[in-house]
Amino acid sequence: MQNPPRAFSFFHNLKAKIVALPRMRLKGDDVFKLVCALFASSIFMILGLMVYELVRGSWLSIRTFGLNFIVGTKWDPAISRVFGALPLILGTLVTSAIALVIGVPISLGIALALSEYMPKKFGFGVSFLVELLAAVPSVIYGLWGIFVLIPFLRNHVYPHLQSAFGFLPIFSGPIYGGGVLTGGIVLAIMIIPTVSAVMRDLFSSVPNSQREAMIALGATKWETSKTVVSYARSGVVGAIILGLGRAVGETMAITMVIGNKFQVWPSSLFDAWYTMSAIIANELLEATYDLYVSALIHVGLVLLFISLVINILARLIVWRTLRLTRGIARE
Amino acid sequence: MDRYKLRVIKDRLMKVLVYLALFLALVPLFSILFEVFRRSFSVISLDFFIRPTPTVGEVGGGIANAIQGTLITVGLASLIGVPIGLMSGIFLSEYSESKLSAAVRFFHDVLNGIPSIVIGIFAYAMITLSIGFSVIAAAFALAIIMIPIVTRTTEEALKLVPISVREAAIALGIPRWKTTLTVVLGSAKKAIVTGVLLSIARISGESAPVLVTMGFWRWWFSGLNRPAANLALNVFVFGTSPFENWVALAWGSALLLLMIVLGISVLARILTRGRY
Amino acid sequence: MVVKLDIQNLNAWFGSKQVLKNISMKIEENAVTAIIGPSGCGKTTFIRCLNRMHEITPGARVSGKVLFNGMDIYSDGVDPVTVRKKIGMVFQKPNPFPMMSIYDNVAAGLKLNGVRDKKIIDMAVKRSLELAYLWDEVKDDLNKSGASLSGGQQQRLCIARALAVEPEVLLMDEPCSALDPISTAKIETLIRKLAEDHTIVIVTHNMQQAARISDYAAFLYFGELIEYGPTKQIFNSPEHELTKRYITGEFG
Repeated sequence: MQNPPRAFSFFHNLKAKIVALPRMRLKGDDVFKLVCALFASSIFMILGLMVYELVRGSWLSIRTFGLNFIVGTKWDPAISRVFGALPLILGTLVTSAIALVIGVPISLGIALALSEYMPKKFGFGVSFLVELLAAVPSVIYGLWGIFVLIPFLRNHVYPHLQSAFGFLPIFSGPIYGGGVLTGGIVLAIMIIPTVSAVMRDLFSSVPNSQREAMIALGATKWETSKTVVSYARSGVVGAIILGLGRAVGETMAITMVIGNKFQVWPSSLFDAWYTMSAIIANELLEATYDLYVSALIHVGLVLLFISLVINILARLIVWRTLRLTRGIARE
Repeated sequence: MDRYKLRVIKDRLMKVLVYLALFLALVPLFSILFEVFRRSFSVISLDFFIRPTPTVGEVGGGIANAIQGTLITVGLASLIGVPIGLMSGIFLSEYSESKLSAAVRFFHDVLNGIPSIVIGIFAYAMITLSIGFSVIAAAFALAIIMIPIVTRTTEEALKLVPISVREAAIALGIPRWKTTLTVVLGSAKKAIVTGVLLSIARISGESAPVLVTMGFWRWWFSGLNRPAANLALNVFVFGTSPFENWVALAWGSALLLLMIVLGISVLARILTRGRY
Repeated sequence: MVVKLDIQNLNAWFGSKQVLKNISMKIEENAVTAIIGPSGCGKTTFIRCLNRMHEITPGARVSGKVLFNGMDIYSDGVDPVTVRKKIGMVFQKPNPFPMMSIYDNVAAGLKLNGVRDKKIIDMAVKRSLELAYLWDEVKDDLNKSGASLSGGQQQRLCIARALAVEPEVLLMDEPCSALDPISTAKIETLIRKLAEDHTIVIVTHNMQQAARISDYAAFLYFGELIEYGPTKQIFNSPEHELTKRYITGEFG
């Protein structure tokens, strides 16, 4: 073995290196960890600033209207300059509720199809397609909603709905195609990818022993599936709440189909209405004076609060269930 | 009819319903793809890509300025959001025993769930109210949307690198920080890049935050402290306008946007699937 | 005996569980020392204390002294990173850097320590691969991915990688346990060759292997050093009852 060239000499002399080190040397590792921690901590600053700026921006409105803002039903920027957000909150919650009523059963169906019914090799392709739905931008849903969905509903669905159930007030009234129900439908389509994906994860992590127990008892596929869903029960609730969170925050798609009409309560499902996110998108650029702007920011603050509550709730429930089912699976 | 037959019927029925649900979900997807292609067909031409927004009544025109503006805005947002997301992801993965990391991860998840319009108003309140409608404000909002996505995908990518790789480097006398930056990051490169691409795809499609921080702009880029045209926002403005040529441009913009966003998503799946 | 590593009162813990109890022994320079004993009794922990790798596990703790060339590697102010450049390690399961070529794998230690001169790196890579008995098999395509090699070749690659930074001591943690008999034989041969210029400490639960290749053997039983001495003596006339029972295969 030849002697290597002397350029390696810095490798030797460990002794010299030891003695040379002073006690409080700032090592590369500490610096790196600090830098990473600083960058990671920026999240606190971002969220803190967010709350601060939103509160500061809404301060004028908070001072002027106080809690009446949340229960107020008048939105009059032009004449009396009075703002109240209750109809907006209701609009957001109602359209989101409709989205859940339509979207959750479909999501359940998809999740069951992918985890219980479909053979694995198709499963990948199909779930990929469902995920593609999640990637479509909100505006494109809105555009499609205006030019494809609305005419379709107006001409082929709503009239039949009305002729069948028109005696009920919610199905009465003029049909222009957009409105509350249409908004709910679009929102449902948008939340299905997320909700079904979470549900599918939940169902997949239900231990096979549960299914086998049912099959051994002579259960049908459907009965076995019901057991799976029941096992992942609280996770399913969490997934639903997650979907609710997404629906509540949706802006562009809903504002393009809901009609943007401020009223305390719509006259029917076919009537136009308004949501918190839609009013901000539509009116922030038109807000010409301070109180108007502040009122809109105030709406944003309320929206932030509502979505935070929903999201934290959902995450806690889903996390806990995933951990529980996985824990049992390991036994 | 005996109980058993009833159960079988119910089982068959449910099977149909379950597959029906699948069908119902996929119908909108195919409808959207179909309609976007169909309705944008007439407007796609060379002009579409090189001419700027036409004024009302003007024939022709294109979305060149929107492409330019979107590139600049998304580019600036990435410049801010990607480094922060990367470093945060490294922190969460490499120093996960730290007490700080549980809090960081939790709040990143929280941020992920905040509606993009709220992030838009945040940027509006903080920047637009002082500087005015501007690319900076929009990029800021988009960067914030980006950060949790990049953080999460980076963390997951790094977690996939087995401990044995790190130990091998440490046993060679390489300090931990160098190990992370070179060997670990190098092994996770593909997955990290995929995550970054996905986040870029996501913010390219965002229009709500752009609307309230930058507003609609129909000319070329003229400074970071002024607005710029935006592809996603144009879909909204053109699509809801009463002008036929603008509506056509809306579909064309939607096509381009869809191609970019879906293209990146597909690319990402292929890249990550290739590893298994 | 020329002492390379002088281990004095070495104790190690994982959290509150003590894994090594008061181990003292002197390891001879340029010889092969085998650490034997039943599974799970601290052999791996022991050698990981010799290059300060044990402490990187959260909750791990070490006390005692390990004198390397007379200098305690655990004394205040010693940067463990520098220790590991002189005391290298090869792991049980081959762990070449994924996404890196054979060349880059071997060169990794050098490059990351700032060596830039391509000629020097080329020479070091060739020399290390030769020492690891891998050069002839890979010399035609050094740019192939490290992961494309067979298990035995990968382990030799890891050995070459460790040798490239010119350690004085090489710690080996059951390097052959994941390999087939032919690769094992190759590596045993190269270990005997390496011992001419390197101090080798090898953990093995294969007693025939220990008998074949080592000059000294240390029998560890549940964290305690039961017996230590020249291999011939340990295997032919062990002093301790426990050692005798382990050697004859009564447990382990």
